[in-house]
Formats: sequence, C-alpha cells, structure tokens
Amino acid sequence: MLWRALLGRLGISLVTLWIVSVLIFIGTNLLPGDVAQIILGQMATPESTAALRAKLGLDKPPIQQYLVWLQNVAMGDLGISKAGLGAGLGTPIVEMLGPRVFNTARLTLLVAVVAVPVSLFLGLIAAMHPGTRLDRSITFATLNLISVPDFLVATALVLVFAVGLGWLPSIVYLRGDETGWVLIKTLAMPMLTLVILVSSQIIRMTRATVLNVMSSPYIEMAILKGVPRKRIILRHALFNAVGPIVNVIALNLAWLVGGVVVVEQIFSYPGLAKLMIEAVLMRDMPLVQACAMIFCTTYIVLIFIADMATILSNPRLRHPK
Amino acid sequence: MSESQQETSPSTQFEELPDAPPKRKVKLSWPGKIGIAVVIFWAIIVAIGPTIAPYHEADILDEELFIVPGSDEMYPDTDFQPPSKIVYLGSDYLGRDTLSRILFGARTTIGISFIATLLAYLLGVTLGIASAVGSRFLDMSLSRVNDALLSIPSIMFALVMIAALGSTIPLLILLTGIIYATSVFRIARSLGQEVMVSDFVEAAKVRGEGLWWVITREILPNIAMPLATDFGLRFVWVILFVSSLSFLGLGVQPPMSDWGSMVKENLPGLVYGSVAPLMPALAIATLTISVNMIVDDISAHSGGKLAKRMIS
Repeated sequence: MLWRALLGRLGISLVTLWIVSVLIFIGTNLLPGDVAQIILGQMATPESTAALRAKLGLDKPPIQQYLVWLQNVAMGDLGISKAGLGAGLGTPIVEMLGPRVFNTARLTLLVAVVAVPVSLFLGLIAAMHPGTRLDRSITFATLNLISVPDFLVATALVLVFAVGLGWLPSIVYLRGDETGWVLIKTLAMPMLTLVILVSSQIIRMTRATVLNVMSSPYIEMAILKGVPRKRIILRHALFNAVGPIVNVIALNLAWLVGGVVVVEQIFSYPGLAKLMIEAVLMRDMPLVQACAMIFCTTYIVLIFIADMATILSNPRLRHPK
Repeated sequence: MSESQQETSPSTQFEELPDAPPKRKVKLSWPGKIGIAVVIFWAIIVAIGPTIAPYHEADILDEELFIVPGSDEMYPDTDFQPPSKIVYLGSDYLGRDTLSRILFGARTTIGISFIATLLAYLLGVTLGIASAVGSRFLDMSLSRVNDALLSIPSIMFALVMIAALGSTIPLLILLTGIIYATSVFRIARSLGQEVMVSDFVEAAKVRGEGLWWVITREILPNIAMPLATDFGLRFVWVILFVSSLSFLGLGVQPPMSDWGSMVKENLPGLVYGSVAPLMPALAIATLTISVNMIVDDISAHSGGKLAKRMIS
C-alpha cells in the first residue's frame, strides 16, 4: 500500500514536470527576436542567418524543436549558450551553470542550516506558551517581517551593518577560494536577510500547526490524564504537525533556489536567479530554458519529498482506503 | 493536512442547520482595529491622493523654492533634500517631492494590486470550484497544469513574460492575476472538496437539486468566509510582488510613481542619509502589516485553521 502511494505521487510529479517543460518551451518561444539574428548581430546577411538557423535547428517546426530539446535535456545535454556563439563554438550551458549552481546551493544550505532549527525552536516555544508575552512578541515580530518587502529587510540590514557599523561588506564579492571565517563574513549579508525572511514564515507555520493539533480531542485526553505539557507537545503534537511544517520548509527551500532574485540583485550575489535574469535580458533562450527547468525540477522534487514525509508521518495516509 | 479537520468535523457538523450557515460576528481586538484604520486611511488616499498632493508626481522642483532667505547661495541642490516646510518628506534623486509621489503612487500600487487580486480570485475560485465539483478527469488536468504553473518561480515567470511582451499596466495586472490564481485555485478547490463530501450536500443531491444550486447555495456560502480572509493575505502578497517587480525595474515605468520603483530609484540616497528610499518602503509596510493584522485577528477568532493556508 505504501509503495502504491509512493509510486502514485512519483507519477504525478513526472507528469507535472512534463507539463512544466511544455510551458517553459512555449514561454521562451514568446520572447521576441530571432536567436540567429541576435547572435550574428551586424554580420547578419540573409544567407548567414539562414545557415545559422539551420545549424541551430530553428528552421524545423516548433513541435520537432521541442522534441529534440526534450530529448537533449533528458540526456543531460542542456544545449549551448548564445554567449560567444557568433565567434566560435559557444559555451556549453552545463559549464556555465556549474559555479552558479554551486553558489546557490551553498547559500541555500547555509541558510537552511541556520534557519530551520532556529525557527522550529522559536515556533515550538511560542506554541508551548500561547498568549504569553514571549509568544505575543514572537508572533508580532514575525507578522511584521512577513509583511514587509524583502528589499526593505535587505536595505535596512545594509544600512545597519554595512553603512552604520561597517562590520560587513554591502556587496558580495566572491573570489572563489574563500574558506571558513572569510567565507561566512562574505556571505553574511545575503544569508542574514534570507534567514530572517525564511524563518519568520516557518516560525508562524510551526506555531499555527502545533496549536491546531493542540485543540484536537486526543491532546485534551492527554492533558486530562496529567501528561506534562512539554511531553504533550514533543511526543503527541509535534509528530502530527510534521506534514504541514515539512511542506513549508520545502516551499521555502524552493524559494531560496529560484525566487531570491531581489536579494541576489541587491547584494549582486552570483547565483542562479541572477544568471536567469541576465539570460532573459540577453535573450539567451537555451540558458533561460535550462535555468527554468532547474528551478521547476527543484520545486517538484522538494514538494515530492515533503509529500512523502506527510504520508510517512500519518498512518492513515500510509494506508489509504 | 485536512485529516485533522475531518476528524473533528462530525461533532460540529450537525450543530449547523443545512440552510443557514451561521452568521459569524467578527470581533476585533485593538491590533485589528488599528489595521482597519490604516487600511481605510490608504483607501481614502487612493481616492483623493492626487488632488491633495502639493506638487505633481513628475514635477522637478524649482531651485528657487530652496533658496534660504538671506543666503547668497543662488543655486541650491534640489535632490535628496531633507524634510522641510517646502517638501514635507524631503525630495528624491531628481528633486521631486517624495510626499506627492507617495500620494500619486498609492493609486498605482494599490490599484494594480487590488485589481490583480480580484482577477486572481475570479480565475482561481471559478476553476477551483469547477475542479471540486467536476469530473475526475477535469480535476486531474486542471490540478496538473496548476501544479506546473505553481512550480515556476513567480518572479521568473513574470520576468520572461514582461521581457517578451513589454511592461504595460494591463499586462502587469493580467500576469499577477494569473500567477496568484494558482494559489487561490488550490485553496478554493480544497475548500470546495471539503464541502462537497459533507452530509448536507449529499442531502441536497438526494433531494434532487441541480449542480448550479449546490454551487450557489451550499458551496459558495460555506467557503466565502475563509476565502475572504485569504483575500487579505493574497492582497498583501500581490502588493509585495508588484513592488518587487517595480524594484527590479520590470513593473510600473517612469515617470509614473509607484512605491516599489521609488525605493529602487532612491536607493543611492541611503549613503547620504536621505529618507527618500525609506518613505515609500514604509508606506508599503504600513499597508501590508495592517492587512495582515486584520487577517491575523480574524483567524485567531475562527480557530486558526486559516493560518495553515497562509503559506501555500
């Protein structure tokens, strides 16, 4: 039964991924400008344009182009970026993506390692003492933080730590060989911003779900039996709140990979999101497609994992009727 | 996620009469009341902002205004002026009045966000209910397409579309509406499904009521309240989203003022200690925080279930 549920979810994820690939292909084909013409620039003569179009496979009907692209992507060949294509061979996208994926993954992991435990802890503390001054200040602070735009959080931090105190650099300048303390200091500003943004969401969610579970009859039973409050929350409530909490964490991680455009832009952090913005502005279609596929795949994989956690943590979902 | 709700529902379901969903009186505590006051304030500004603004949004102020009487400085700087009697909130990077631009920008930012949220609701609720009451195939196909759209980072989606079609206000509204319709769809669908399996809908079906009757008399009244609260949250996301787009230079184009782009264009002023970038950011913050305070207050009184749906 468990395997059936798992396979069903896996199938749904794959179908979603396929629809995503169609949407991305249609979306990027809406971008104006003929790639061949843009690559050739001023050297474009009708003959050379036609030759390059044939070489890139742009003269074929869209459906055939899509199938070729899909096949290449499935084989791990993301195509060749437009950058430098006019002069020679162009850069394979896989090579361009490498350092960006590394940067994004590094930042995401650092943020997750700090944000997840801290926010679970604060969320549980708030849920354990609902209505107290501590709970109300946590709720109020996180409510304010999820309401303000991310650029306000980022600029406020720059104002305090870079302009005011002068402790941290306001722009990330990565040489690539930083380790340990220097690396932490270089990444501190975007990390701090993202930790604040992500934590406030997870804190609110943890508190809300745990409190929601707390109002169910079996918790009431446990209270009446005289089980200590701490034990009720950690042994009874928390396990039943795992599903929604894991979901929020997954959504936030997905956001960290693809949605942090504003933060990457402010600190000019060389991550994936910034690469995609550059690609769109350069009309570098294959690169846009590759980035978009990475974002969507990450999202779908994370949501799949979150769903699995939900199913595994809930016996009734493990054995569907 | 809905498991725990279903577990408690049998005890409460029969207390509500089938034909009359209980009228809930919403009582607000003081944060909610402050929130409502601020939202009403901004609503008034949207209506009369441009008429009470001291200058026009695109006016670059004359140097003469800033000449201090008795000083021999004939050509004072007009950009990034601190707040004074001439410019109550200071001037921006081109020497325009920040207050006037905020008053004009209220209409752009709030107007676009509000219409986009309405559009998202129109699309999301219609399709969500269709998915909840429709055939299994319809539900499957709508849900898969929705999941696919949801998995694309919204800013990236908007970025590609705006790069393709150019940044105009109707496109901005349409895009934002579609992007946010995906999350409204999920909520409307799950709420609709919850109602569809309830006993009173069963009873109505047995009684021989048609699908339209069930939708308008049973489903809509029962999901109206949670959706109304969610509308507030969604509105906040949309404001933040539209502002972020403007902040990236993809949203409202100059010389029209808009709070997001005002923050961006005045960002260099931070170094000189100018308040110009902070004021529009604070304007956004007051509005979004107030809406969230209202929503929080309402959902605190209705059992906190809504808080769960906040994120998705």
